[in-house]
Amino acid sequence: MTDIRTVGVAGAGTMGAGIAIVAARAGFATRVYDTRQAALDNARAQTEGFLRKSVERGKLKAEQFERAMANWQGTTRLEDLADCDIVIEAVFEDLGVKHGLFAQLDKICASQTIFASNTSTISITEIAGGSGRVDRFVGMHFCLPAQLMKLVEMSPGLNTSDETWRRAWAFCEALGQQPVRTQDTPGFILNYFLIPYNNDAIRLVEQGVAEPAEIDKAIKTALGYPMGPLELLDLVGMDTQRLLCDAMYGLTHELRASCPPLVKRMIAAGHLGKKTGRGFHRYGDSKMFGA
Amino acid sequence: MSTYRIRRAGESRSFPVAHPFLDLATTDGAGIVLVGKEAGAAYGALMAVDDAAFVAIELGVECLGVHAGEAADERRNNVVGFARFRLGSAEPSRLVELVRQPWTREEAVAAARAAFEAADLVVAVCNDFPGRIVDRLVRPYYNAVLRRHDEKLASAEEIDKTLCLGLGYPEGPLALLERTGLAAHYEVTQALYLSLGDAAYAPARRAQIAHQRAMAG
Ligand SMILES: NC(=O)c1ccc[n+]([C@@H]2O[C@H](COP(=O)([O-])OP(=O)(O)OC[C@H]3O[C@@H](n4cnc5c(N)ncnc54)[C@H](O)[C@@H]3O)[C@@H](O)[C@H]2O)c1
Repeated sequence: MTDIRTVGVAGAGTMGAGIAIVAARAGFATRVYDTRQAALDNARAQTEGFLRKSVERGKLKAEQFERAMANWQGTTRLEDLADCDIVIEAVFEDLGVKHGLFAQLDKICASQTIFASNTSTISITEIAGGSGRVDRFVGMHFCLPAQLMKLVEMSPGLNTSDETWRRAWAFCEALGQQPVRTQDTPGFILNYFLIPYNNDAIRLVEQGVAEPAEIDKAIKTALGYPMGPLELLDLVGMDTQRLLCDAMYGLTHELRASCPPLVKRMIAAGHLGKKTGRGFHRYGDSKMFGA
Repeated sequence: MSTYRIRRAGESRSFPVAHPFLDLATTDGAGIVLVGKEAGAAYGALMAVDDAAFVAIELGVECLGVHAGEAADERRNNVVGFARFRLGSAEPSRLVELVRQPWTREEAVAAARAAFEAADLVVAVCNDFPGRIVDRLVRPYYNAVLRRHDEKLASAEEIDKTLCLGLGYPEGPLALLERTGLAAHYEVTQALYLSLGDAAYAPARRAQIAHQRAMAG
C-alpha cells in the first residue's frame, strides 16, 4: 500500500509526459510542471490521444479515461507542486538544472515529500546532494515510452533512508510499474549493458564482419531477441547513441562504451536512423516508433 | 533446388541428432557438406573439390581459413564454413552462420544458403572472423553481466528481469548461462580472447571457476 496521493512531474518532455500518463492513469492526482507552456500543451494532447487509443483498444474504460484526464493538471508555476507527496524530475540531463529545480522545490514542498529523479546518466547521490533532502531522495529510471514500458530501475543514493526507499518502492508498484533495485552506478542496469553491446554491433559493421541485416537476423534467430541491435539503434538514433556513449564513457572510461567512429560519420551523413529514413537500414516512411 | 551429399567426420555440434537437413541430402548431390568435429581434416582428404557446387565445412570456434587455407595457391572459390549457433548444452538454434572468404563465389554462397534454408534453417552470412557474428557479439556482453553481478550491481533475478522487461528477451542472460553451462561459456570466450586479444572476451570470474571445476572433474 502506498501513502502517496498526489504526484508531481517536473519536466513535460519526452519522458515527463509519459511518466505523467502512468501516474494519472493509476489514479494519482498528477501535477505536471514545465517552464514552457508549449511543452505542457503538447504533453496534455499526447496524454489525451494515448488514453483515447487505450479506450478504443479496450485497455481502459471510458470512465477511467475521464478520471485520468481529470487527474492530469498542467502548470508553469512551481508553487503548484506544494501539496505533492512525491515529485519525479524529468528535466534536462544537466546537474545544474536539476539542482536548481530541487533547491526551489525543497522550499515549497512539505518535509516528508520524496524527491525522485529519472536521470539516465547522472549519479542519484550527486543530484540528491543539491536537493536539500539527501535522505528523502531516490532514483526512478523509467524506460521510453514510459506509458508502455513497465520497467522502472530504482536506486537509492548513499544517503537515502530506508523509510524513503520503502515508500518510493510501494508507490512505484501502485503505479502499476515493475520496479527493480539497482545500485546508483552509471547506466544502472539497462544502459550499462546495452550501450556497449550496441557499440559492439556497430564495430562488427565497421570491421566488415557482416552486413547489418545479417547481424540482426543472426541475433534474433539465435537468441530470440525481438529486435536486432542495429534495428534497435535505428530507433534510438545515432545522435542519441553518441550522447549516451559520451556520457557513459566519460563516467566509466570503459572502451566498449566509447562512441565508434562510424556513428559520427553516420551523423555527418544524416543517417540518424528511422527518423531520417536511413540508418543501418533504409525505411520507406519515417514515422516514429509508437506513432 | 540445391542438392548436396553429406560426409560425416566425427560428432557434430550442429547436427547431433536427426534433422531434415540430413534427410534431404542425396548420394549424388552437387554440393558437399562436411559434418562433424573432424570436418576440416575431411576437407583436406577430399578429391575433386573444384567440381562441387559448394563445399561446406562445419566449424567450431576456429576460422574457416584454418581448413580452407588463405595463401594464393590454396584459394578455392566454392568453399564455405558453417555452424549452427548453439549455447553450451542447449540444443542447436535454427541459425546457421555461413562463413565466406573474400574470394568465395556468390553462386557457392547462394547454393549453400539454399541447401540450409530448404531444411527450415535461417542463414546469416558473415566473413571469416573469430566468433563469427553471435559469439563475437554476446560473449563480452555475458562477461560484463557476470562481472557486474559479482560486483553486486543488482541481484541475478533483478538483472535478468531488467533485461527481459527492458529489451523483450525471452530469458535473462544469467539464467541462460546457468542453464546452458558457464564452463561452456568459458571455452568459447577464452578462445576468442586468445584470437582477438581483447580483454572484453577474457572469461569472467564465475566462468573461470566453472571451467576449473569442470577440469577437476
Ligand atoms: N529520452 C529518453 O529515452 C530517456 C529515458 C530515460 C530517462 N531519461 C531522462 O529523463 C530526463 C528528461 O529527458 P527527456 O528525453 O524527456 O528530455 P526532453 O528534452 O524531452 O524534456 C525535458 C523537459 O524539461 C523541461 N525543463 C527543462 N528545464 C526545466 C526546469 N528547470 N523546470 C521545469 N522544466 C524544465 C523542458 O522544457 C522539456 O520540456 C533526463 O534526465 C533524461 O536523462 C530520458
